[in-house]
Amino acid sequence: MSNTSLPINPAKLLVQQPQALQDPRWVRWGLIFIAISFISLFICLPLLLVMFQAFSKGVEAYWSALSQADTLAAIKLTLLVALVTVPLNTVFGVAAAWAITRFDFVGKSLLTTLIDLPFSVSPVISGFIFVLLFGAEGWFGDWLMANDIKIIFAVPGIILATLFITFPFVARQLIPLMQEMGNQEEEAALSLGASGWKTFWAVTLPNIKWALLYGVLLCNARAMGEFGAVSVVSGHIRGLTNTLPLHVEVNYNDYDVVGAFASASILAGLAIVTLILKTALEWKQANR
Amino acid sequence: MSRNSIMPGFRPTIGFTLLYLSLVVLIPLSTLVFKSFQLSWDDYVNIISNKRVLSSFRVSFFTALLAAAIASFFGFIVAWVLVRYSFLGKQFFHALIDFPFALPTAVAGIVLATIFQPSGFLGKFLMQTFGVQVAFKPLGIVMALIFISIPFIVRTVEPVLLEFETTMEEAGASLGASRWQVFTKIIFPNVFPALLTGFALAFARGVGEYGSVIFIAGNIPYISEIVPLLIVTKLEQFDIEGATAIALTMLVISFLLLLLINALQFWVRKRSGQL
Amino acid sequence: MSILLSDISKNFGAFSALNHINLEIPEGELVALLGPSGCGKTTLLRIIAGLERADQGRVLLSGEDKTHQDVSERGIGFVFQHYALFRHMTVFENVAFGLRVKPRRERPSDAAISQKVHALLDLVQLDWLHDRYPDQLSGGQRQRIALARALAVEPSVLLLDEPFGALDASVRKDLRQWLRNLHHDLNVTSIFVTHDQEEAMEVASQVVVLNHGQIEQQGSPSDIYDHPANAFVSRFIGQTNVFDLEQHDSDWLRTAGILTPDQQGKIAHVRPHDIIIEKSSNGADAPATLKDWQHLGALIRLELVKNGANGSAAHVFAEMPNDQFKDLQLNRGDKVDLKIRQAHWFH
Repeated sequence: MSNTSLPINPAKLLVQQPQALQDPRWVRWGLIFIAISFISLFICLPLLLVMFQAFSKGVEAYWSALSQADTLAAIKLTLLVALVTVPLNTVFGVAAAWAITRFDFVGKSLLTTLIDLPFSVSPVISGFIFVLLFGAEGWFGDWLMANDIKIIFAVPGIILATLFITFPFVARQLIPLMQEMGNQEEEAALSLGASGWKTFWAVTLPNIKWALLYGVLLCNARAMGEFGAVSVVSGHIRGLTNTLPLHVEVNYNDYDVVGAFASASILAGLAIVTLILKTALEWKQANR
Repeated sequence: MSRNSIMPGFRPTIGFTLLYLSLVVLIPLSTLVFKSFQLSWDDYVNIISNKRVLSSFRVSFFTALLAAAIASFFGFIVAWVLVRYSFLGKQFFHALIDFPFALPTAVAGIVLATIFQPSGFLGKFLMQTFGVQVAFKPLGIVMALIFISIPFIVRTVEPVLLEFETTMEEAGASLGASRWQVFTKIIFPNVFPALLTGFALAFARGVGEYGSVIFIAGNIPYISEIVPLLIVTKLEQFDIEGATAIALTMLVISFLLLLLINALQFWVRKRSGQL
Repeated sequence: MSILLSDISKNFGAFSALNHINLEIPEGELVALLGPSGCGKTTLLRIIAGLERADQGRVLLSGEDKTHQDVSERGIGFVFQHYALFRHMTVFENVAFGLRVKPRRERPSDAAISQKVHALLDLVQLDWLHDRYPDQLSGGQRQRIALARALAVEPSVLLLDEPFGALDASVRKDLRQWLRNLHHDLNVTSIFVTHDQEEAMEVASQVVVLNHGQIEQQGSPSDIYDHPANAFVSRFIGQTNVFDLEQHDSDWLRTAGILTPDQQGKIAHVRPHDIIIEKSSNGADAPATLKDWQHLGALIRLELVKNGANGSAAHVFAEMPNDQFKDLQLNRGDKVDLKIRQAHWFH
């Protein structure tokens, strides 16, 4: 059960089928045509459109949209959110994977299920629960108000909601891999006198580094791109609590199409870079 | 708790895992449950049985179901083509499948809205040739959810097709089965559990999806208003009770779905003697 | 049904898997395709089945040209190396598959299918497993179910790819005997692929030895053992001592009795049991010394070292029955005389 894909060895797609299993030519070309049309319509077309729309009023309009103070503030906030949430969830992912794959304990499968929990919660609800906790009418609402601490409609709320949303990404990649690897190599290192830390850095980490990067990459993409959850807790205050995805929405609703698509194209660029790195990591991991 | 391993670091890692899990996930989620205890049963029924709420549930579930079904059909073909045939640009298309995962939903939302709005590239075409309006209708929601669903289907089916024991197909053919019989009687039954899992994942995601839908949906109450949007609306009206009741219902339904998927997978594995 | 292969060639990229194969298999035989891994034996079997297309050449079954016919229309039974049982079907449904996919006109009724499947499961002695799934069976059971499934369509030819390859040694022994008996009862032309010469000799009525995509020799097991066509076959089938005239002292070979005036070729292959050992009375001049021996059940294998030689060429293996060895009362380090009864000469 996962919302993120586990890496597929891309080299496996290059294997030729045995002759007896080859479908008739018309079936092959027919299905290839359907598949490519479907992907073109639903994936390539949106991809091209972002690029096209962003530059539709010329490169200058694009730059001026991007260099607005609000846009820059949104970019800064988005980077800040990712910078806080990704490392935290990475540390968690490694710790959780270590505990789950290297030890036996009661409630292990329950713990694994609980880690997946945020994947099955609607983004809107993910934001809503933090409103219930820290909002004006929330559990801590009065106390926060009295101490003049703002969480909802402020940066901490955005970070919390993003933490929740991207919570399982790294753990999800590491657990199956470390499960499959077993702990023989680590036991060998320990029996040779290496300390626990030394064993982790010298034996475990080199083995899981590609999967770890893969998880971090997906976690980062989601952290920078999350919309629903962040939208609920942000309050959409321009220049203050607008992340880049929220900035896209605000511009779009203000009929500032170029502005919306200029910001959107940054996020689309992020998605494309993510895809490229992801494919590169899949090859790396396959050739490990 | 037992530790039958010489591995170090159980206490710190499990300690941190449980603490962090509680702080980030369990405590925040449980507030929703506790908050809902403040509602009486009658209040709850009142909120949920409101006509606008019910139709939003109907819209959300119906569109998610339809989108997951359409994406399953085409996603299966895409996975099949990617695994079984060789053609130019195959690796490129393979990499593109994850684009909907990688693209922020807000961007997906405005892009799809732009494509399908009546003045948009495809919207105009569909309007003029078939007289079909996509944007601001449930059909628009379906389109957005198909986009979101593609990777779920392809990424669950692809590995199963890759690992599929092709000698089973050869065995079928050697026993006199036609290619179509081999597909329907041997390949499909073995891939079906994965397809069903992908379908359920896509459906669960589709029901809760917000960002990619709200721009294209038009959000007309009773017609194209989805449940997550209704929660946001209630929240903006400071109707915390209403939002809580709807959110809890959604949450319970998604957990039931999750349970169903796991039970299904268990059943399939048990049925084929793998347990 | 007889099988005729004429001038079959098959390349995988630059690799030539089969090279102008001509082979005729008469009806009712149980044939082993024997060779080292990568020799093309499995490819040949798959070409006969129609699972693979030859680049060149023709496949005739009962005199009919089937070269371009699809596997599903050839009427062959194929047993796969890892059985390829349908995991999502019970044992019963696996065996019934071939009957259920027949065109409606030829398809037997459900009752007839059921009767036939149970009869086949009885034949392989596994009817009690009919409602199990393949994942719940042992290797030997899967093997027999795979065979029953292939037999259900009454194939005119039965093809088996390494039928015992994935099994434990003890199960393998039993199944070999069982397959021989089954073939005897059904009398369907059968070909199986193996890399195990012992298996080929024990089970088959005809052995075809393949190497590097070419047929080295075809014949009955005793033919192949007693009259190997070339050095490869001689080496591949059974144990052999190799004496190269250019490496060995010809005087020594003459004392051992294999250098005869009418010999042809430079390399002699000698079976271990063709070497006769006697305790030497010559002392230091004796041709060999007994280094060690191993019990192989009824036989004893003796490891001898040629006196006055060293390296791998210095070792000679001989075999003799247990009781004969006891009578000789030999100890390690004893000098022995040795006579060679028979040798095969190759160039």
